[in-house]
Amino acid sequence: MMQKPAQRLTLFLLLAPAILWLGLLIVLPHVEILVLSFSERVAPRVYAFGFRNYLEFFTEPLYWRTFARTAFMSILVTALTLVLAFPIALYIARVAQGRVKAMLLLLCLLPFWVSELVRTLGWMMLLRETGVVSYILRAVGAADQPVELLYNDGAVILGLVYGGLLFMIVPLANALESLEPAVVEAGFDLGGSRWTVLRRIVIPHAMPGIVAGCIIVFMLTVGNFATPVLLGGKNGLWFTEQIYAQFITRFNWPQGAAFGMLLLLLSSAIVWLGLRLTGQSLGTTLKQA
Amino acid sequence: MNRPSLAWKLYIAAFYVFLFAPLLIVAIFAFNASPFPSPPWRGFTLEWFTGSGAAFGKPGVLTDPVWLSSIGNSFKVAIPVALLAVLVGTVNAWVLERAEFRGKTFLAMMMLWPLVIPGVVLGISILAFFSRLANGLEDWLQTDLDFLRPGLSLVILGQLSFILTISTLIIAARLRKFDRSLEEAAFDLGASRTRVLRTVTLPFLRPSLIGAGLVALLMSFENFNTTLMLVGSDAPLPITMYGQMREGATPAINAVSLLLMLGVGGIASVFALTAKAER
Repeated sequence: MMQKPAQRLTLFLLLAPAILWLGLLIVLPHVEILVLSFSERVAPRVYAFGFRNYLEFFTEPLYWRTFARTAFMSILVTALTLVLAFPIALYIARVAQGRVKAMLLLLCLLPFWVSELVRTLGWMMLLRETGVVSYILRAVGAADQPVELLYNDGAVILGLVYGGLLFMIVPLANALESLEPAVVEAGFDLGGSRWTVLRRIVIPHAMPGIVAGCIIVFMLTVGNFATPVLLGGKNGLWFTEQIYAQFITRFNWPQGAAFGMLLLLLSSAIVWLGLRLTGQSLGTTLKQA
Repeated sequence: MNRPSLAWKLYIAAFYVFLFAPLLIVAIFAFNASPFPSPPWRGFTLEWFTGSGAAFGKPGVLTDPVWLSSIGNSFKVAIPVALLAVLVGTVNAWVLERAEFRGKTFLAMMMLWPLVIPGVVLGISILAFFSRLANGLEDWLQTDLDFLRPGLSLVILGQLSFILTISTLIIAARLRKFDRSLEEAAFDLGASRTRVLRTVTLPFLRPSLIGAGLVALLMSFENFNTTLMLVGSDAPLPITMYGQMREGATPAINAVSLLLMLGVGGIASVFALTAKAER
């Protein structure tokens, strides 16, 4: 179809902001760090193409261990979040009615409108040596000296699970919402136990929500910075911290860019794998959330 | 499945306690008359909000230049981000819903992409790219281009990179529901294109424009990961909070947090109301 020049110009003008946005803020910057990650310093202020930054990652145990640890803990956090959130989502979607339902969902949303840092501050005040839990434990006589609950893996996992819950509950509840009560009834009538009905009917039906929730929680967890650093302290060891250290503290941008590419790769790989295993597309998945 | 067991109910109750415990603790200790944000309770005070520092040696939020300037910086970032998010988001929504051209599906997918990039990576890539751009342009133009260096302008660009996706999605969802016969009727009645836009289409989009603006405002105010990589010497609120939390803060940080919660609660309820009006 031939278009009039005026129409073409209008289309071009309408497209311009999107192209500027995606080009200048997304595509070119990523090309830049890709190129940067393959450059190595051969002399002061002179850089050449090379794989040294990636080799450095594989030869320095601190780097790849932190990477593996981040990946592993993120998967653990995602699984924990799913297990914790499922009964809540099921209750909101299937049991609660009318006002109670709206109320429960709203109460879930509220804490997540508040800054991540405020939530982390709350956990720090609860868990640290001079914090509320330690104080209560001493007050009731369960401990005779201050208890440090912060700066360990448990605290990091707790903080990350807390931060991920909403992003799991909402897609789960949306998916469970559409489950026909009659189907569940039929399952019971055919002699299925609670467990069988849950495993054979409810969970398969919720699968799109489960995938969407897991992908979002995993992405947020892997890319988190403040929670592991603040709740884990020196023991936090999160990969984003390594990127920050290379970029801001050591000013070794090529190395930091290589780390950034690796994090992007990890995050995209898991998202792709999750979508592939369940045969869903990114668009529908994001819509679930 | 419709008769929840007691254990299930108890779990739900415990869950909500777990959800709100950290926020309640933060809020309560904003009023503790102690120089440290920790128990024991030493009595009620408003010193951490309005105090001049006479009582505990450290000032309250509303008199402390550090907190005030970082709140100001947050606004300097959030307001342009929200305005641009609505403006560009509307144009993008138009492109997605109304325009026909080759590669539209590809463009729509590209627009979702920023959501799956970790915020830290967005931050470093924009930092690296704009530094190169600044170096090149400065050599060429022989002037300093400070707005391309880490600072509030770069923070605005960094936050826009993913907030634009959100605002586009919100506005496009509303535009999809628009009944185009309304526009046609207006054209038939002799209205010009701009007039139709101003009197028919934009009023219909209004709830989503307000909604997208508020969501952008909130996301900008709270963004930490991308912002951290792009800040210069003027720190927005989350960056200042992060610094204080690492060093050990006074209960002034609780007071800031409580103000933030109230502000966010206010904005969220406006948003909930506009969302309701939309249905």
